Amino acid sequence: MSRDNSIEVEGLVREFKKGPRAVDGIDLRVEPGEIYGFLGPNGAGKSTTVLMLTTLLPPTAGTARVGGYDVVKDGPKVRSVIGAALQEAALDPMLTGRDHLRLQSTLQGIPRVERKPRANELLERVGLSEAADRKVGGYSGGMKRRLDLALALVHRPRILFLDEPTTGLDIQSRTALWDEVARLAREDGVTVFLTTQYLEEADVLANRVGIIDHGHIVAEGTPAALKAEIGLPSVHATPVNGADRERLAAALAPYGEALGSASREVVVRLREGLAGLPAVVRAVDDAGLTLASMEIQAPSLDDVFLAKTGRSLEGAGAEAEPDAAEPTA
Amino acid sequence: MTDFWAQVGALARRSIVRTSRQPAAVIFPLIFPMLLLLVNSAGLKASTKLPGFPTDSFLAFALAVPFIQGALFSTMNAGTDLAKDIQTGFLNRLSLTSMRGVALIAGQLAGVVVLGLVQAAFYITVGLIVGVDFAAGALGILALFGFAAVVSISFGALGVFLALRTGSGEAIQGLFPLLFVFLFLSSMNTPRDLIDVDWFRFVATVNPVSYLIECVRSLIITGWNGDALALGFGFAVLIGIVATTLATFALKERLVRT
Repeated sequence: MSRDNSIEVEGLVREFKKGPRAVDGIDLRVEPGEIYGFLGPNGAGKSTTVLMLTTLLPPTAGTARVGGYDVVKDGPKVRSVIGAALQEAALDPMLTGRDHLRLQSTLQGIPRVERKPRANELLERVGLSEAADRKVGGYSGGMKRRLDLALALVHRPRILFLDEPTTGLDIQSRTALWDEVARLAREDGVTVFLTTQYLEEADVLANRVGIIDHGHIVAEGTPAALKAEIGLPSVHATPVNGADRERLAAALAPYGEALGSASREVVVRLREGLAGLPAVVRAVDDAGLTLASMEIQAPSLDDVFLAKTGRSLEGAGAEAEPDAAEPTA
Repeated sequence: MTDFWAQVGALARRSIVRTSRQPAAVIFPLIFPMLLLLVNSAGLKASTKLPGFPTDSFLAFALAVPFIQGALFSTMNAGTDLAKDIQTGFLNRLSLTSMRGVALIAGQLAGVVVLGLVQAAFYITVGLIVGVDFAAGALGILALFGFAAVVSISFGALGVFLALRTGSGEAIQGLFPLLFVFLFLSSMNTPRDLIDVDWFRFVATVNPVSYLIECVRSLIITGWNGDALALGFGFAVLIGIVATTLATFALKERLVRT
């Protein structure tokens, strides 16, 4: 049996009857044990890609190998090596957390003697031991997401697909889930394919990030490399006296390109990066200006998205992805 | 094969647990047919005076109807439960496991059968309490349980098919009154040969539900009747085969996994 934990995608396309190509010829490779963040706004093609990679939606064109198996020709083998928590935590409100784990482990072919200890281990790991015998209908959003993750892990998958796993969660639940995902990759060597629309999530968790927009991958690399590629840090300075704004702008002008700002703040992208910062401070001092605040901002993944698409990721989610139940003719 | 039966067992258990935790899904199919039985028995008692009416107890005559009504409820329950699974994405979760498609249908139907047997036990108990004398005796009661199981599978498969085809619980609930029309256009309240209106007698004669009711009725009021049993079980099995075949094809379309 193959022990390949990678994901390889070439020219993957998915067309729907009523709509444009949801996924339009993407190529990507996720290395074993890597956390790959698939970032993009609503309707960009993230979930459609996940559905194809998890064998739930046949591609219109292109190839994809998951765990060494072709997603079209070897569907059952692919499913045997992957775990997935899809966009909605699809749970039965009438069943308890333990009922869900019992059902999932039976359907995954876990031997009877292992089912109970495995369920207890996973419930413990996701912090649901106390709530295990309560009906899921009474769980909070965070608890449902954690149970969803536990269900995806029942059969010890080598590759894990998480489709927007923290959408709608509070920061505590989100952080707990991040910790568990990071631990899975670090300690168990699980490859994680994570879609998200949260920049911070991709930044914190992912070893590498692919940014998708309108079905195309517009950028790919480590978060640091992507940010470095597009930019230099910027200094954001605000004078105590609003009347000094023009003088402040003139003092900072030699150190980089001025960026637009609606307030009395002056924003300059530092031409020499952080190395130029001491000179900026001296220039402000020499001009006799008093500042209310001064901040250095490194470029974010949103800046990367902006640079690549001309739009900000925050609020770029225009249209939802087409209904996956409507395949192309 | 062991895995297959384990999957069927797990899905059946889930179906039973889910139904048992929704009191309305259990109580309504038990109570509603009994209320209808009481109302009809009170209102149509005089029918027993008709020449050729097969019994002098309308309650015994009408006790067959709840068995079929209960099965209709099974259709709706099995269908709406599965449709919910489709709508919420739970079916996708199941699709991502090693579950075999046939196990999904079999598991769902096994749950329906258990509910059908509970319903049958309740109707028979009520019948015994109110003094109905089961003409076919203890073995006949056993046959009634067998028939209830077969009819539950048949009608449950119909519900599963409708769910897989429409993917909508609302659509199934919308079809429910249509299924009830079949019941009312049958011999549920009058033996076919005593129906005076020609078109009604014709419709009742070509309506398979009549033969399902008459099969149960024969065991209650006339004893072992080979023709009635053959027609009843025959139509129940035929409906089951057609519905299960349709459900299997619909499942293939619904489970688009590669």
